[in-house]
Amino acid sequence: MPSLAEQQRAFAAALLDPSLPVPAGLVDPEGRACPRRFAVYRNNVATALIEALETSFPAVRRLVGEAFFREAALRFAVAEPPGSPVLLEYGAGFPAFLELFGPAASLPYLPDVARIERAWVEAHHAEDATPLDPAALASVSPDRVGEIRFAMHPSLRTVRSRYPALTIWRMNVADGIPGPVALDAEGEDALVLRPEAEVCVRFIPPGGSNLLDALARGVPLGAATEAAMQDRADFDLASHLSGLLESGAFIGFSL
Amino acid sequence: MSRDLNKLPHRAGVGLKPQHYAAVLEGRPPIGFFEVHAENYMGAGGPPHRYLTAIREHYPLSLHGVGLSIGADRPLDRNHLLRLKALIDRYEPGAFSEHLAWSTHGRAFLDDLLPLPYTTKTLNCVARHIDEVQEALGRQMLLENPSTYIAFAESTWSEVEFIAEVERRTGCALLLDVNNVFVSCTNQAWNLLEYIERFPMSQVRQIHLAGHARDVDDAGRTLLIDSHDRAVDESVWALYEQALARLGPVPTLIEWDAQVPEWTELAREALRADSTLLASGRGPVVSSCGEEQYRAVAR
Repeated sequence: MPSLAEQQRAFAAALLDPSLPVPAGLVDPEGRACPRRFAVYRNNVATALIEALETSFPAVRRLVGEAFFREAALRFAVAEPPGSPVLLEYGAGFPAFLELFGPAASLPYLPDVARIERAWVEAHHAEDATPLDPAALASVSPDRVGEIRFAMHPSLRTVRSRYPALTIWRMNVADGIPGPVALDAEGEDALVLRPEAEVCVRFIPPGGSNLLDALARGVPLGAATEAAMQDRADFDLASHLSGLLESGAFIGFSL
Repeated sequence: MSRDLNKLPHRAGVGLKPQHYAAVLEGRPPIGFFEVHAENYMGAGGPPHRYLTAIREHYPLSLHGVGLSIGADRPLDRNHLLRLKALIDRYEPGAFSEHLAWSTHGRAFLDDLLPLPYTTKTLNCVARHIDEVQEALGRQMLLENPSTYIAFAESTWSEVEFIAEVERRTGCALLLDVNNVFVSCTNQAWNLLEYIERFPMSQVRQIHLAGHARDVDDAGRTLLIDSHDRAVDESVWALYEQALARLGPVPTLIEWDAQVPEWTELAREALRADSTLLASGRGPVVSSCGEEQYRAVAR
C-alpha cells in the first residue's frame, strides 16, 4: 500500500491532468470504479481556479469572452497552480502567460490590460497608509527640493503599455462602453493607487513613469527628474509633482 | 493547550459576502453572527479589512478556514498558521473551524476539499496536525465533517468513528455540517439517522446549513454536489431538526457561496434557522419529514 503522501500525489496529479487514469482504490458504495464521481473533484478544482482568475481579470474576460477565458485560465492554472491558499494573491503570472498564449496573439494589448487588472487587485489588498499632506513640503527650502526622497504609497503600481491599454481597460470594466480604439495610437501608462478606501486608476502623462519608477527606487527628486527628461525633453516637473501629490502617491519624504 | 474560547450565540448566522457589506452596515439586520473564510482576509489592508472591522464592532464573528489542508500527509504550512493567528488576534472570533480534508499538492494549492481514506495512518496524521493547530493558535478548533463523492476501498473506520476518535485524541470541538451529512450519506449509501445518532454531539459547537445540487454517478445513482449555490434543501432542514433534537440549540450558519442572492433572501434563511433553534430550545422537535424520505433519497 503506498503511503498517504504518495496517494495524495497521485490523486492531485490526476485532478490536474484528465488524461491520467483515476487512481486505484477509489470506489462507489458497491466497491466499483467510478470515474464520474472522481470527475466531480476534477471539475471542482478547475472551476475554483478559473473563477479565482475570473474575479481578478474581469476586463480580460469581457474582451475574450467566457469560453476563451475559461480555456486560457484552465491552461494557466494547470501550468501554474496557486502556491498558497491565499487566493487573492493568485494570478501574478497570468499577464505573462497571456503574452505567450498563441490563441491570444491577435490581441497584443491583452497582457497589458491584464497587468492593469493585476495591479488593481494588488492595490486593493495592499497595506493601508495615509497620503502625504502636500502642505508638508512647504517646509523644504527651494535649494534642497532636488534632494527630496519620497516614500511611495504601498498600494502604488505603474503599468507601462505600448498600446492604449488603459482606454481599453476602462471600456471593459463596470459600466464601461466598448468603442473603437486606434491601436496604433500612442501607448498609455497607468497609475494604480488606493490612497483611501477605493482603488483609483489614472493616466500617467508622458515622462511620468520614468519619474515614478526612479522615485520608487529611492532616487532623489532632482536625479529622478533628469531620468524623466531623457524620455521627454519638455518634461514639466511642477505639473507632474502636483498631480502625484494630489493623487496620494506619497506617504512621506526625507532629505 | 486547547483553550475553549468558543462563544458564538445560539442563534442563526450568515456567511458574509462582499456584495452584502453595505446592506449589513446600513441596515444592521438582527443576525446572530457572521462567518468569513479566513483566506479572504489575509491581504495586508484594503476594503475587506475595513468592512470586516466595522461589521465586527456590531456582530460576533466566526472564522472558517478553507486552506490549512489538515489531512495532507506533509507538514502544515507554518506561515499559514501565523496568518491565521494574526487574524484571530485581530478579530477575536467566537469560533475557528477547519475541514477534515486536504487541498495541497507539493507547493500547489488545489482549492477544493479533497477526501481522505479513513485508516489509522490517516488518523495519526490528522490528530498530529490538529494538535499543532491548537498549539499554534492557543485555542480549541472546530473540525468540520466533509462532503464526499467517492470512498476509499482501504478505509477501515466509519466516518463518524473516525471523527469521534480524532476528537477524543485532540480535544478539538466539532462543526456539524448537516448538509454535508446529507450529501455524504446519500453519495456513500450510509444510514442517515445512524450517522446523526452516533455523531459525538456533545462536542458540537456549531452547525452549517447549505444548498446542494443533484447529479448522477456512473451507475445512474443520485450523486449530490455540495454546491452552496442555492437555498437549504427541505430534506436538510428536516435533518437539522433531528440533529437539534439531540443537541439542543447550537450556533447555526447559513452558507451560500456561489450564485449569492440578495440580502433579503439570505436573511429569510437565517430567520428560518432562528425559528428552528427557538423551537429546539423548548424541547424535542417532531420532524416534519420522516425517515422514509431519507431512505428514498439515499437509495
